[in-house]
Amino acid sequence: MALAMMIRNAASKRGMTPISGDFGGLRSMSSWWKSVEPAPKDPILGVTEAFLADPSPEKVNVGVGAYRDDNGKPVVLECVREAEKRLAGSTFMEYLPMGGSAKMVDLTLKLAYGDNSEFIKDKRIAAVQTLSGTGACRLFADFQKRFSPGSQIYIPVPTWSNHHNIWKDAQVPQKTYHYYHPETKGLDFSALMDDVKNAPEGSFFLLHACAHNPTGVDPTEEQWREISQLFKAKKHFAFFDMAYQGFASGDPARDAKSIRIFLEDGHHIGISQSYAKNMGLYGQRVGCLSVLCEDPKQAVAVKSQLQQLARPMYSNPPLHGAQLVSTILEDPELKSLWLKEVKVMADRIIGMRTTLRESLEKLGSPLSWEHVTKQIGMFCYSGLTPEQVDRLTSEYHIYMTRNGRISMAGVTTGNVGYLANAIHEVTKSS
Amino acid sequence: MDSVFSNVARAPEDPILGVTVAYNNDPSPVKINLGVGAYRTEEGKPLVLDVVRKAEQLLVNDPSRVKEYIPIVGIADFNKLSAKLILGADSPAIKENRVATIQCLSGTGSLRVGAEFLKKHYHQGVIYIPKPTWGNHPKVFNLAGLSVEYFRYYDPATRGLDFKGLLEDLGAAPSGAIVLLHACAHNPTGVDPTSEQWEQIRQLMRSKSLLPFFDSAYQGFASGSLDTDAQSVRTFVADGGECLIAQSYAKNMGLYGERVGALSIVCKSADVASKVESQVKLVVRPMYSSPPIHGASIVATILKSSDMYNNWTIELKEMADRIKSMRQQLFEAIQARGTPGDWSHIIKQIGMFTFTGLNKEQVEFMTKEFHIYMTSDGRISMAGLSSKTVPHLADAMHAAVTRLG
Repeated sequence: MALAMMIRNAASKRGMTPISGDFGGLRSMSSWWKSVEPAPKDPILGVTEAFLADPSPEKVNVGVGAYRDDNGKPVVLECVREAEKRLAGSTFMEYLPMGGSAKMVDLTLKLAYGDNSEFIKDKRIAAVQTLSGTGACRLFADFQKRFSPGSQIYIPVPTWSNHHNIWKDAQVPQKTYHYYHPETKGLDFSALMDDVKNAPEGSFFLLHACAHNPTGVDPTEEQWREISQLFKAKKHFAFFDMAYQGFASGDPARDAKSIRIFLEDGHHIGISQSYAKNMGLYGQRVGCLSVLCEDPKQAVAVKSQLQQLARPMYSNPPLHGAQLVSTILEDPELKSLWLKEVKVMADRIIGMRTTLRESLEKLGSPLSWEHVTKQIGMFCYSGLTPEQVDRLTSEYHIYMTRNGRISMAGVTTGNVGYLANAIHEVTKSS
Repeated sequence: MDSVFSNVARAPEDPILGVTVAYNNDPSPVKINLGVGAYRTEEGKPLVLDVVRKAEQLLVNDPSRVKEYIPIVGIADFNKLSAKLILGADSPAIKENRVATIQCLSGTGSLRVGAEFLKKHYHQGVIYIPKPTWGNHPKVFNLAGLSVEYFRYYDPATRGLDFKGLLEDLGAAPSGAIVLLHACAHNPTGVDPTSEQWEQIRQLMRSKSLLPFFDSAYQGFASGSLDTDAQSVRTFVADGGECLIAQSYAKNMGLYGERVGALSIVCKSADVASKVESQVKLVVRPMYSSPPIHGASIVATILKSSDMYNNWTIELKEMADRIKSMRQQLFEAIQARGTPGDWSHIIKQIGMFTFTGLNKEQVEFMTKEFHIYMTSDGRISMAGLSSKTVPHLADAMHAAVTRLG
């Protein structure tokens, strides 16, 4: 390094004009990035990469949570195709405001808070368009860091792996709370309530509104009510990540029940909403972050601060996806079509759960597969060990994340038999 | 229940975007918006390029297209073509696979992701930015955790480049410091170094191992030629050294709202570039997971087709020429009114903006009395002018200078 520096200094002292590429010691100077280690592959997205690279004709991708139809093909919803047609030839490509499309945000709040929500009418919600659910969570985490600087975030075990990265990059310290019960493959409710009780008053909690990722295990309505009451007693802040509204039961209103319970109980919550799955708008990156405030003045203040965090990140959010959402939700026919299509997707998944469970039972599996139909949403937390998952991949070309999470959206009538057989083979001696 | 955020105070309006907010609220029929740098036609309308329309039609009519997540680093074609656009098709850095290119959310997103990468992996935590610069630059770098220092750039006395001050300040910067450079059409001043000056800057920077971070938001808009406007970047890359480049398609393709851009990191070797790319993914994933598909698909469609690319260069030149013509018209109108002072900087400065030299009071006066909307630093977006509105602006400037000189 020092030698190269000497050569360079000598060259510049002699007033040399470098010929292209030949600047004395510069070529021999090492890179600034020598010490940069190759990053580990993302545990979720890396699965699809590996799947794509596999030449086997039998391969099955039950990794990333992107919906597939019964032919294993990605789906563009009819309502989206129609919206695209209507938008083509648009003369508007200007910057959206920092907070995004006001129209899209209004329509999105109605989905979460209710069509006739008093909070919307009273203008008590600070809300901005975000880059899908990830962007909403990150913006909230940055906001939390800035305006509740001493706070931590309580994250369920397990959770979507990127949640940890988001709050880490926002520099908000994390704690975990019990959630999944491996023995029952259901909710560890009493441990969850203990953790909520033992957390310091006024703690921030991340909750999955419905269709918990990766486990598919949701509290019952009664359990949600108890959680809400305890949150009230402890003055905790509830931040809901709702990435699957409509996908859990097929009914968006029903899937928002947890949120509605908290709202009824008077909590001032935060919500991250995503259209990636329920409108199939994955690549468009459309979402919304909302924070329920005490009054309109505070909502204005909070929104302005959220915008201050968005401006140095991306200035303003992308236009196209927001236009698609607005086009669909503001047209009663298109909205109705969308609701039908969401129900079709949810029903197909529910059907595959039943088929998978029955297939495993028919094969005479020694294990219980009840959880496959009890769990809800896109994912099934199978209970498979990492070693069993590795065997599924290496021997059967079945791709899933190593935590045993199966994306039911990737299961079809065409592959469910193959999948059941493979799972049976790797688990029958358990 | 009390809100945990009851302590949150209302933030001030963004100084640039707030101008449009104020403009929209003004009922006057003679109002002119010279605030945000978005191109307008002679009729004062926003412009969707023909070539963009065509690309959109192709995409909409392609039933095989899906809207799945694109990779964390974005669309591969888009990335390759963007690197080619800024570095040149024959760039050795590209041939040698030494460039990591990541699709990001326009220029802002490219800057932020690059800055976060530098914070995590670069040994120097300070970035030098020109004085003045785009108002959002210091915020982007601060939020990424870098500390910001300024180097002299604009000379109010000449309304040109303070080259001596620039060389002194960069010469005094610590070894390895990051330096933000506007590739062309400096925002807000419109003052660019000459190619001789760029060469001196390059030599100085390489001798002190200063790391260049180029912000290229106006390629094609400055001179009308995409290649000419990329010269500063290409000169640096040609010496074999490393740099970062933030590219935006907001203005030159009129894709503002779709947030299309690219971050390129030019490295010493293909191996390093590959590792660097893997680490940039770790910055992106917890920020927004993956970039939006629509705008980048349009850009890739255009850049891939030589016909569409050529048509684009023609439309781009038309926009650049119209802006040059507005400069000329405004200069002549000011001369015709006998406004005191030297106004030649209006035609000397380059790109979308003119740094008029008007002060805050004069700007406020022009807004109040003449309904001219511009940023308080005296910057006007030439793209917001038309032959019809030039006289009104000239009147306003004349009044401001003579009454509040």
